[in-house]
Amino acid sequence: MKPFQYLRPKTVQEAISMATDNPGAQYIAGGTNLVDLMKRGIASPPKLIDINHLPLKKIEHRYDRLRIGALALNSDVARHKGVVARQPLLAQALLAGASGQLRNMATVGGNLLQRTRCSYFYDLALPCNKRQPGSGCGAEGGVNRTHAIFFAGNGFGGYEASSCIAVHPSDMCVALTALETNVVVNGPEGERRVMMKDFHRLSTQQPELDTYLRPGELLTAIEVVDNAFAKHSHYLKVRDRASYAFALVSVAAALQMDGGRIWDARMALGGVAHKPWRYWAIDLMLRGQAPSEKLFQEVAEHEMQSAEATAQNAFKIKLTTNAMVAALKTAAGIS
Amino acid sequence: MKRQSWDNPSDTSLTRVDGAAKVSGGATYSAEYAIPELVHAVLVTSTIAKGSITAIEAHEAEAAPGVLAVISHLNVMTVPGWPAKKQPAERAQVGTALRVFYDPLIYFDGQPVAMVVAGTHEQAVHAASLVCVTYRKESHQTDFEKNAGKAAVPLNVQRSGNSPFKDYERGDAAALRQAEVKIEAEYIIPTQHHQPLEPHAIIAVWEADDKLTVYDKNQGVKSVQGQLAQAFKLPRENVQVVARYVGGAFGSGIRVWPHTLAAVIAAKQVKRPVKLVLGRDQMFTSVGYRPYTVQKIGLGASADGRLTGIVHEGTGQTSMYEEHLERTVLASRALYACPSVLTRYRLLPLDVNTPTWMRGPGDATGMFALESAMDELAFALKMDPLDFRLKNYAESDPERNLPWSAKSLRECYELGAEKFGWKNRMQAPRSVRQNGMLVGYGMASSLYGFHRHPSKARAVMQADGSVVVQSATMDIGPGTGTAMTRIAAKVLGLNAKKIRFELGHSALPDAPGQNGSSTIPSVGSAVHDACEALKNRLAALAGDMEARFRSGGQAVVRNGQLFASEGDKDGLSYADILKHHHLNELEVTGESKQGAERDQYSMYSFGCHFVEVQVGELTGEVRVTRVVTCADVGTIINYKTARSQSIGGVVGGIGMALMEESVMDHRFGRYVTSDFASYHIPVHADVPPIEVYYIDKPDMLADPIGSKGLGEIAIVGVAGAIANAVFNATGKRIRHLPITPDKLI
Ligand SMILES: Cc1cc2nc3c(=O)[nH]c(=O)nc-3n(C[C@H](O)[C@H](O)[C@H](O)COP(=O)(O)OP(=O)(O)OC[C@H]3O[C@@H](n4cnc5c(N)ncnc54)[C@H](O)[C@@H]3O)c2cc1C
Ligand code: SF4
Repeated sequence: MKPFQYLRPKTVQEAISMATDNPGAQYIAGGTNLVDLMKRGIASPPKLIDINHLPLKKIEHRYDRLRIGALALNSDVARHKGVVARQPLLAQALLAGASGQLRNMATVGGNLLQRTRCSYFYDLALPCNKRQPGSGCGAEGGVNRTHAIFFAGNGFGGYEASSCIAVHPSDMCVALTALETNVVVNGPEGERRVMMKDFHRLSTQQPELDTYLRPGELLTAIEVVDNAFAKHSHYLKVRDRASYAFALVSVAAALQMDGGRIWDARMALGGVAHKPWRYWAIDLMLRGQAPSEKLFQEVAEHEMQSAEATAQNAFKIKLTTNAMVAALKTAAGIS
Repeated sequence: MKRQSWDNPSDTSLTRVDGAAKVSGGATYSAEYAIPELVHAVLVTSTIAKGSITAIEAHEAEAAPGVLAVISHLNVMTVPGWPAKKQPAERAQVGTALRVFYDPLIYFDGQPVAMVVAGTHEQAVHAASLVCVTYRKESHQTDFEKNAGKAAVPLNVQRSGNSPFKDYERGDAAALRQAEVKIEAEYIIPTQHHQPLEPHAIIAVWEADDKLTVYDKNQGVKSVQGQLAQAFKLPRENVQVVARYVGGAFGSGIRVWPHTLAAVIAAKQVKRPVKLVLGRDQMFTSVGYRPYTVQKIGLGASADGRLTGIVHEGTGQTSMYEEHLERTVLASRALYACPSVLTRYRLLPLDVNTPTWMRGPGDATGMFALESAMDELAFALKMDPLDFRLKNYAESDPERNLPWSAKSLRECYELGAEKFGWKNRMQAPRSVRQNGMLVGYGMASSLYGFHRHPSKARAVMQADGSVVVQSATMDIGPGTGTAMTRIAAKVLGLNAKKIRFELGHSALPDAPGQNGSSTIPSVGSAVHDACEALKNRLAALAGDMEARFRSGGQAVVRNGQLFASEGDKDGLSYADILKHHHLNELEVTGESKQGAERDQYSMYSFGCHFVEVQVGELTGEVRVTRVVTCADVGTIINYKTARSQSIGGVVGGIGMALMEESVMDHRFGRYVTSDFASYHIPVHADVPPIEVYYIDKPDMLADPIGSKGLGEIAIVGVAGAIANAVFNATGKRIRHLPITPDKLI
């Protein structure tokens, strides 16, 4: 690991100034991702700005929304009464991620900004456009069993040539995407709110960038607006072992039901794209319908029409379809 | 031969004698010795799979803070025991262990090419990242499937007439073709790595120019001592090897690997004690692995379920410079009563590092295939898989035509089936659903050959009647010290608290390394014999004191006292015997080895596993929900530690069956699963309740304690049982491990 300087700001403003004044400096929260990247020489910030002492841990319900501080620990969020009662999908997704020890260190902000788990990204001896732009994508012609099957631009078709086929590894972000969460960001130009759908990037000509965050910006909180999904939501994660593994695919399904019919539906998919993948049309397809396995199968297959497999991950198309059906069935309470 | 069990599980089992030290951090592992003047080394490894080094640019690294040396083939000392280097360098002959920093040639990706030594570990890591190595690449071959045609009879077999690995045939070669019912199939296990949680580590200390001490993670201090003495041309006794605690190894520590030599070389060159700890990624290319193996099995039977022919062919991967042979196809000759059997074993050399023995070496691989095939044939015969095995039960060894020394496999099957509830199994796949999951039952047999090597143990009684027992054996996890303490306590009639067992140091009496499930039979027998000898010495000394001990009858021991006979009420305490004779200590050494029984009987450990799985119909996820494992390994010395050993084997088998796979990108010849995020081993959530049962009948032909090896059979067969349960649940036969969701949806 390269020697680095350690800074500890006391206020949000001080943190932002430090980041602005020191190009290349990085914030560190739980460190569960960044320290690994530094040990392997993938990240080598000359300065680390330790934000753990900033007052950004609070979880509270105000007016019509849950506001969760960017430094709230994954484990604290997952067991917070307000979260469990109002947004169980978020709690489920968090508990499906990593391990107890990691969740005790990992923060909401860090989880949003964790980097891909593509093996080529982690190995300096192998090519990777994300780590070293222009070196080539190792996974594209190599081992890509866990890689993306959706590449389209903004969710409404229009493929872009992809220079990175990695997936975003977070479970939490899949739930946040389905829940249309806002990310609160503070930076040199002041505070702004970014919608989840606009937070991460799809792989573009700049695969080294995962998000649309601007230099020096600090995540301060996320906000989940109240909704009526609590009774009928489910996070399903399919993985190679029972726990402590990243998703092969995951599904966050949220339904609003009344009188045996679906009145609102949201879905996001994990492990399938460079960002959490929002299934935009699902609401249209399910609204007003009575839940059934047949319906869910149709709905799932519909979205998968735009999926595209690489050499080793064709199975993901079937698996994602199946996972959508299974998650919708559980959410709707049919067996 | 019936003898009362040594151990009643409910009361007398010993708790691990070193358990408290281990869980409280009191146990010192190889990397943890506080040695004055210690410096730290980090390896730089190759990033190509074949070729040679053209240049090593080390100036920047050498100038980095704290760096003492950057060692490579360009500036390495001459290792006195190695042959003189050739100019230009020539590729090694098959059978040459990799000599670290010997010449510029590269044999595999991940090969050590340089080593940085610095004041702190962090300085060494940083400087290692600054070393710039350039190569001349040659095209490499690492892809088993693409090169399968190059598999050949091992040179080892070609050279030796009576190798167990040569082609084998009994009965009628055409039997399989003519069988009334038959199956033929190919089974593949991928490369799998031991990956013990404690990485391999060494501290090398040159106490003087010709005196070396190493604190090294390994499975045999004596063999490391011998090999280091040879490499550095030192008298054996000038080399000491210490490995008191080992945090798991599973075979990765049987050999002396290049990194061990590298640390010893570095310590000599920088004239300071050097510590080297392998990185997790380096563990994938430094200490061997279970080789990628492709097997073809053909099984034939009569319509009523009698096996008529077995053909078992196996090909394992090896390196270009060494052959690694294992028992892959051997179980098929001995396990079932089948008149016609044909086995063939081949090796495929690739540009990879050499594989090595990994828990249940060869047999875990071969029995996955054989026991899957048995299940396939039972299904084709419409027979219960357990009935099918019982119908083909071998009453004597069909390979060697010898009686078994002891075999209670039938009792294992019966006990296991009863405890598991095998009778509830549905023959038709996909018959049982529970909580939306498909449920399946599977079973498999297990066997592993008996190994006993010459061993010594010393027993020293102290003036207070307590005893220290010593042997240069190892404990890589099974609880050797605990089992040996139990043997000594039993023979000497002494409370275990009064016994201390010492192991893991090359200065102790000779013992084999811990491998091949041989420790209890080998070292346990030596400890038994040493303690018997000590008891006899005590009896003789007692005879000098009191006439009743001279009657020639067998003295009896109880509670640290000697009695003239079973009914004798007054005992002489050991302390009093020593005191009477003015002895501060009483020392005896026992030596034990196999007798002629080995040639008159066939000796194996046996067992079986019963497994329940649940499979998500939509997600293809397999969860093992219940396991019953039953073993026939002769006497159970200490139930509690034996049970841990069996549980560990099943957990290893779950990993083998469902998740472990080292994946290589063959364009680079480099692993892309070189961390625990991508190389999956079972976590707690993958491990169900595991019930363990033993037949616990001594095999007195095997050794004086009647005990056979347990470590290997604990894993052998587990993967097959799981694959069979998956078939029963889903109707899908997965012949290519691991059984991941993509294969089942
Ligand atoms: C073995 C392992 C298994 C895992 N399994 C899973 C899994 O199954 N599912 C899953 O979802 N995750 C998994 N994770 C990832 C884990 O969730 C992330 O590592 C964690 O959430 C990161 O949080 P952190 O606070 O430790 O971030 P850090 O490592 O501190 O930071 C990560 C990144 O975020 C930036 N950052 C952090 N906070 C802020 C902020 N407030 N503002 C701006 N930038 C910020 C840092 O600069 C850094 O670039 C796993 C991790 C490991 C190591
Ligand atoms: S998929 Fe992305 S992260 Fe992986 S090698 Fe290609 S560019 Fe790098």
